[in-house]
Amino acid sequence: MCTTYSVTWYDTTTWYDSEEIREVDFLRPSSMAEALAAKAERPDAVPIAGGTDVMVELNFDRTRPDALLDLTGIAELAEWSDTGDGGIRLGAGVSYTRIITELGQRLPGLAMASRTVGSPQIRNRGTVGGNLGAASPAGDTHPVLLATGASVELASTRGLRTVPAEEFYVGVKRSVLAPDELITAVLLPGTTAPQQFSKIGTRNAMVIAVCSFAIALHPEQAATGNSTVGTGIGSAGPTPLRATEAERFLTAELANADQWTSPRALDDSVRRRFGDLVAAAASPIDDVRGSAAYRRHALAVLARRTLGWAWWDYCLERTSRCA
Amino acid sequence: MTSPTGTVPTRTAEATTGRASGGVGDSPQRPDGALKVRGEFAYSSDAWHEDMLWGTTLRSPYAHARIVSIDITEALRVPGVYAVLTHADVPGANLHGLERQDQPVLAVDVVRYHGEPVALVAADHPETARRAMRRIEVGYEVLPPVSDAEQAVHGDVPALHPGGNVVRHVRVVRGDQDATADVVVRGEYQVGMQDQAFLGPESGLAMPAEDGGVDLFVATQWLHVDQQQVCIALGLPPDKVRITLAGVGGAFGGREDLSIQVHACLLALHTGKPVKMVYNREESFYGHVHRHPATLYYEHGATHEGKLVYVRSRIYLDGGAYTSSTPAVVGNAATLGVGPYDVDNVTIDCWGAYTTNPPCGAMRGFGAVQAAFAYESQMDKLAEALGLDPVEVRLRNAMSEGSVMPTGQVVDSPAPVAELLRLVRDRSLPTNGHGESVDLRAMPGGVSNTTHAENVVRGVGYALGVKNICFSEGFDDYSTARLRLQVVGGEPAVEVHTAAVEVGQGLVTIEQQIVRTELGVERVTLRPADTTIDSAGGTSASRQTYMTGGAVLAACRAVRDRVFALARAKLGPEPTGLSLVGGKIVAATGGVLADLVDVLGGNVIDETVQWRHRPTTELDPETGQGFAHVQYGFAAHRAVVDVDVELGLVKVVELACAQDVGRAMNPKALLGQIHGGSTQGLGLAVMEEIQVSDGLIRNPSFTDYLIPTILDTPPMPVDVLELADPHAPYGLRGAGEPPAISSGPAVVAAIRAATGMALTRMPVRPEHITGTDH
Ligand SMILES: Cc1cc2nc3c(=O)[nH]c(=O)nc-3n(C[C@H](O)[C@H](O)[C@H](O)COP(=O)(O)OP(=O)(O)OC[C@H]3O[C@@H](n4cnc5c(N)ncnc54)[C@H](O)[C@@H]3O)c2cc1C
Repeated sequence: MCTTYSVTWYDTTTWYDSEEIREVDFLRPSSMAEALAAKAERPDAVPIAGGTDVMVELNFDRTRPDALLDLTGIAELAEWSDTGDGGIRLGAGVSYTRIITELGQRLPGLAMASRTVGSPQIRNRGTVGGNLGAASPAGDTHPVLLATGASVELASTRGLRTVPAEEFYVGVKRSVLAPDELITAVLLPGTTAPQQFSKIGTRNAMVIAVCSFAIALHPEQAATGNSTVGTGIGSAGPTPLRATEAERFLTAELANADQWTSPRALDDSVRRRFGDLVAAAASPIDDVRGSAAYRRHALAVLARRTLGWAWWDYCLERTSRCA
Repeated sequence: MTSPTGTVPTRTAEATTGRASGGVGDSPQRPDGALKVRGEFAYSSDAWHEDMLWGTTLRSPYAHARIVSIDITEALRVPGVYAVLTHADVPGANLHGLERQDQPVLAVDVVRYHGEPVALVAADHPETARRAMRRIEVGYEVLPPVSDAEQAVHGDVPALHPGGNVVRHVRVVRGDQDATADVVVRGEYQVGMQDQAFLGPESGLAMPAEDGGVDLFVATQWLHVDQQQVCIALGLPPDKVRITLAGVGGAFGGREDLSIQVHACLLALHTGKPVKMVYNREESFYGHVHRHPATLYYEHGATHEGKLVYVRSRIYLDGGAYTSSTPAVVGNAATLGVGPYDVDNVTIDCWGAYTTNPPCGAMRGFGAVQAAFAYESQMDKLAEALGLDPVEVRLRNAMSEGSVMPTGQVVDSPAPVAELLRLVRDRSLPTNGHGESVDLRAMPGGVSNTTHAENVVRGVGYALGVKNICFSEGFDDYSTARLRLQVVGGEPAVEVHTAAVEVGQGLVTIEQQIVRTELGVERVTLRPADTTIDSAGGTSASRQTYMTGGAVLAACRAVRDRVFALARAKLGPEPTGLSLVGGKIVAATGGVLADLVDVLGGNVIDETVQWRHRPTTELDPETGQGFAHVQYGFAAHRAVVDVDVELGLVKVVELACAQDVGRAMNPKALLGQIHGGSTQGLGLAVMEEIQVSDGLIRNPSFTDYLIPTILDTPPMPVDVLELADPHAPYGLRGAGEPPAISSGPAVVAAIRAATGMALTRMPVRPEHITGTDH
């Protein structure tokens, strides 16, 4: 079984009329099976991966769990592999730094988002699993997971399930993750098509998103009639959002003009309409980081620009007629 | 010295020949440098005692409320708690304050700001203390906040203090009050609440002593002004309150007012145990004063040729709940309110107000920073109205030595304002590097990938600034230095003792440099700063190199006289023109006379000197006239920015500065001050603001109070002039604040140039540029 260390700290609620100091269990499983067993037994145990969210909560005394479940000893969480159909299974514990260096080519959108996370120190520790676990609407990977059509792999002793990213987020910092479950991996479809991620912050690095946007082109879907454009909006609603109307509009535009087989530069009006639809899909609020009006405005601009960049890249790959 | 980031004068080989190395004009290593780089320097938060307790502060969650009850019963019951104290436990006067004693040590019947201390807890563990703190029951009756400074001054608002809501009003009038002009520009400007954002939070350790007194180790800016206030609150004489400086992790004015000083001592005396207090980052935002937000109304009149005829202004500074340094801030804004320009006819009214916002006080460049944003914005507006270049309109009005300030004070040392401006103007402009491939790091938005150069427009802006150096308006400003010269291990060695606070600016190095130069002694050690020696004055107003440097210089002279007297006694009548060089006594003619070691023998030469700058006078209460300032410091900035005009994101591409420092005492440290000050001004221009609504701070964290990162900090080429001030030691001019004054306005001017927008508020937010404020 897993090693248990005791850490002592002080309980918020019960200690002053009973015990002064409470033992807190620090669980260190060394395999996924151990971890799942531990989580089944102690659903109150808080998983800790890079700790870049958890430690802030602890240090500021916002939460004092009875147990911590340290995931850093589980080798398989820190691995990524090919899924066989061209996709990638990204272990929940792979750091942003590794995503950037090892998967920059294959997961361009996720790598772009990873580059914008925090500082080098945070990128060395922080993980996509942690980003999902926190499920903050401002988390930078969420828009990319939505746009690329990724799914989240959740495991418990009850079994394994795969949830499309779109269904993962259910409210502000809330997800479908059950108390006995752990996030084991993220499944990202393989693609060679362009992806973009773009984030607004009021300084040029190390900033929480005022709003963000991701786009992924899915030319392989052109034949199926499915959406050929994926979108994701961050920090402009209670959860990360897809801009479904915008996807539909652009899918139709591209199909009608037979753009996928003979791509040409997009009309400015198309890009603007796309931007407007993305902005309309958001439900931002006014807060210390920015006004709702700014967020909407910025999303329209980001959507228009990222579409332009992604489409330009697509054209370059297919032809040189876009200029 | 020429480097990609700056040109700083170096002494010629000739000038340094025969001088002890590491003297004035050199850039020797800081005595605390290696420790700081290795992470071994002991900051105040590292203070530790085996037997110590931890103190915490219960603060008001409201901006304005009546306290109807305080019940500490439950808190006292918590095991591990040693004391829970309220205002009733303050033995002396329950009041403190830098300029006026109007701030309770612990709130009595009313709280006037969000975060005001109400009670204290000491416990054997910091978490126990925090938990117990939450069990203190305070009954509040919430009162409406008073949030607007201008209304607090003129409006129908309840008085927050017995004398009303005006902390100070200064009126400066000079010349024809009814002057008219060919061209008139008016504007209303706003400056947000900036934070000092020092990295080492407030902290210290108080130890009860057997004599009934207390020993306090604390990070502060002025030991003796802390001591005075602690004595008053504890009802103890100064010899019972001994304060030693603990390692300071930055200050920028934010440590001038008390934080943990009285609280930790109270807890230590009550419990009979050492008590440590450390604020966390969030509490730090409540635990110190901030830069005054300001609203400024300006009217400039000029001739068609662009000569200023008059300046009229009304300035409102929000002092928040208590006085702090507001009177001095008001004095600065009023007397420096037209900037470094010649204007014959001036009317300035400046008010500092009490509100129920967080207290505001000292921060780098205070008063001058706020005024500069307005008068420099006005100069640009004037240039536009006249169809003149912004540099040209400034050159036509630049003040110089001999100019008369609005206070009537004649500037009697170099004031090379025009030259500074020409220096930054004449620098070649950075190239527009956006070629074929885009480097995101060079783009507004940085690696966040918001633009690949679309809608990016370059702008260039200029600004000038002026700051008074040292304490003004008749204040008896002095510093004290004690020097001991003796032979240690066969070598002459000097020990320097002052109460002057090192906050990172490099005074410790300067003290050593002065001694090396004046006494020709290499080995110079510094005793910890404490209150066993008389005051050195505060580390503020860019004054310590001038004041404590001046005191050390004076003490060196006293020591040297004693050495020469010894030499005379030993060697007989000497040739004239003695000096101490390289451990030897040297005559002007005839060379080396003797080794210092031999002359000293077993003697210990011990001299303490109190040193003052020339006196200043108070301002006339009606007209604001007077010889108010000791010295003026000037800087000029040119900012080059790239603005994504569609998203409102800004990348400062280059921020060039030119400053006159009289004498570059330590060129490397000076460059650090200029770069740091420029960056702090840049931060105010584009991101740094404590957001307050209805008196409540909304962003008390480094997650949402943003300060520039390295990607926000551009190359900053620097030109330094050394035009000696005949009144100052070595001719030096205080250097810490001027670069923080003109950099912000220059950046905003550059953003205006890029966007064509009026931008009357600093910091400029993306919302302002994109018109999405609401
Ligand atoms: C200075 C700083 C800057 C930051 N900047 C950014 C930024 O720019 N963008 C951004 O998106 N975020 C940012 N963050 C937040 C944080 O770094 C990210 O959310 C990161 O992805 C968290 O990963 P982690 O591995 O450190 O998570 P942890 O802190 O270990 O965990 C986060 C949450 O996820 C849960 N969890 C972790 N792993 C699992 C798992 N496998 N299964 C189930 N639950 C799990 C934890 O219980 C916890 O609730 C920043 C944080 C800091 C401190």
